Amino acid sequence: MGYVAVTGGQEAIEASIELLKEYRSEGGTPLDIGAVRDRMGLLIDRIMSEAGLYAPDYAALALKQCEGSPEEAVFLLRAYRSTLPRNYTSRTVKGDDMHIRRRISAAFKDIPGGQMLGPTYDYVHRLLNFDLQNEQEEDLQSWRKEFDEKAHALEETPKTDTAPRVLDLLRAEGLVEDIEEDTSEPVDVTMENLPLPAPRSAILQTLTRADTGFVSGLAYSDIRGFGMSHPTIGELRYGSLEIEVDYPLEEGEAWYVGDIFVTEVESLMGTKAGKEGIGLGYGCVFGRNDTKAIAMSVLDRALTLDIDSPTSDMEFVLLHGDCLEMNGFISHLKLPHYVTFQSKLDSLRARKRSLEHGNDQTK
Amino acid sequence: METIKRNDYNFAFLDEGSKREIRRAILHAIAIPGYQVPFGSRELPIGRGWGTGGIQLTMSLIGPNDTLKVIDQGNDDSVNAVSIKRLICSTTGVETTTDTAEANIIQSRHRIPEEPLREDQVLVLQVPTPEPLRSVDAHEAVTRQLHADAEYTGIWVNLFEQLLTRGSAFKGADHPVMADDRYVMNPSPIPRYDNPKLDHAQCLYLFGAGREKKIYAVPPYTKVESLAFDDHPFEQENMEGRKCRLCGAEHVYFDEIFDPETGERYYQCSDTGYCLKRQNEQKAEKEGLR
Repeated sequence: MGYVAVTGGQEAIEASIELLKEYRSEGGTPLDIGAVRDRMGLLIDRIMSEAGLYAPDYAALALKQCEGSPEEAVFLLRAYRSTLPRNYTSRTVKGDDMHIRRRISAAFKDIPGGQMLGPTYDYVHRLLNFDLQNEQEEDLQSWRKEFDEKAHALEETPKTDTAPRVLDLLRAEGLVEDIEEDTSEPVDVTMENLPLPAPRSAILQTLTRADTGFVSGLAYSDIRGFGMSHPTIGELRYGSLEIEVDYPLEEGEAWYVGDIFVTEVESLMGTKAGKEGIGLGYGCVFGRNDTKAIAMSVLDRALTLDIDSPTSDMEFVLLHGDCLEMNGFISHLKLPHYVTFQSKLDSLRARKRSLEHGNDQTK
Repeated sequence: METIKRNDYNFAFLDEGSKREIRRAILHAIAIPGYQVPFGSRELPIGRGWGTGGIQLTMSLIGPNDTLKVIDQGNDDSVNAVSIKRLICSTTGVETTTDTAEANIIQSRHRIPEEPLREDQVLVLQVPTPEPLRSVDAHEAVTRQLHADAEYTGIWVNLFEQLLTRGSAFKGADHPVMADDRYVMNPSPIPRYDNPKLDHAQCLYLFGAGREKKIYAVPPYTKVESLAFDDHPFEQENMEGRKCRLCGAEHVYFDEIFDPETGERYYQCSDTGYCLKRQNEQKAEKEGLR
């Protein structure tokens, strides 16, 4: 009976949950959470970024629990986050203090501190490596040992692993658009409804938590022709930042609570109409995710422009990219709509009746 | 099957600070009937768009001694109603009921129960689209201004256009109302059949939109009028000549059911709690007669 409200809900749900466990336990190989965390690092980064929760262990647990669905894993982390009280706000973190693992500039060949490719798939030929099918863990570990030794032998101990910003060079020359410093208290969109028009803090927070595909697709539309951006990557850096909170017992003292890895991008854009200097777009996301960080910088810039493009429409960009919101609303269409559909049928039938009786009010 | 262990989570899932914040938004909403109060909607273990606004309202209001009823499309046993009940019960331990009269808090999607609600009851409605002016302008900043100015020409023009092109000024479900002569409001996708129940009701109606992060309310004894034209007065769905095949009720909202074998079409109360109560009463009466 296709049209009856689903009954026996309780039993149906329980059976469905049991089936999920059956799907999750397919095959005979156990899924180690540590292995997911350490060897699916980019997936972990994406989950943490979209969840807005830096927790590699929980991200791995979430992935194990949901058959590796990014959408579900983000969901699990977000829901868990709702149950935690917020006891501290971190001190402001500066990208300048990043312990750099990767750093490139598309604007200048030589930059102070140097360019450093770091781990990137950019120049890898994407050929399936069939050797990995039979990879032995021992071989891998002995390779690692050799690699470590090699690296140790080669290492010229650098004085520092931080570097000045490319942008500062341009700024010193007075080539960058003047931007007023914003010292207002940042908005937290997880604690209050997004204010509109949104202040920049809310824009950046919304974009960094947004779905990777959504942000990338919109930025692509912008640079392809539906927007006005012609970005040059001034600097893209990936590395770790130290997070500190105020020490509650002693004024001025800080507590170090841990490191987070982020990708930070500063894009150089065109000059705004009626302004002087290079425009800027900023992107910063959890983990190693060049594309999302660059895309974020494109949208950050697009949202400051008053032009008729989808990417410059603040509500269009900011209200449709949240992983939970988009997937939640789309998936709710699977819920029964018997009552509303009955109401629609009633209108259609009334319309048909009135047409049959020749009293069409639209003529 | 338990999905949540009580002791792993706070009472009613959310932390106390979040619940208090939501209660403040509720008070704000009650003070201005029909006005959409923005709030920092929290993420829940249930999907955005699956009743998270309603659940946050219920979670922030519920106490250990409350009795809860949850319905979806009028149905106590619909999968999503069951799922919501499971979440609330497993984090609070409250009792549930299918009897409207026994519940203090009733959370519902798409229906207002047939039995009139009392002053000591709260009906929490889940809202997918809180903004009645969204069809007038897609932008929140614009529609907020329109509400502030009580500038409702756009929605009246839309209804008039619909009357001209489709012969009826009425939307299917979620037909907008005017609350307290001030704010045009979406009553959530209840059928028009249920709209009049909002007017001067004894109970408190709370509306929660989790994804859109809005809370609004119709306090008891508030004037609520469905939008309609003088020469095209408001009409409910036509339920004439229908009768519930289980309890014999007439003049209620019906589910329409087809028997695939015979092709026959019959009707059943959409409000399953009401239907069950009537069936039990009829049974008791019959047994009493014997």
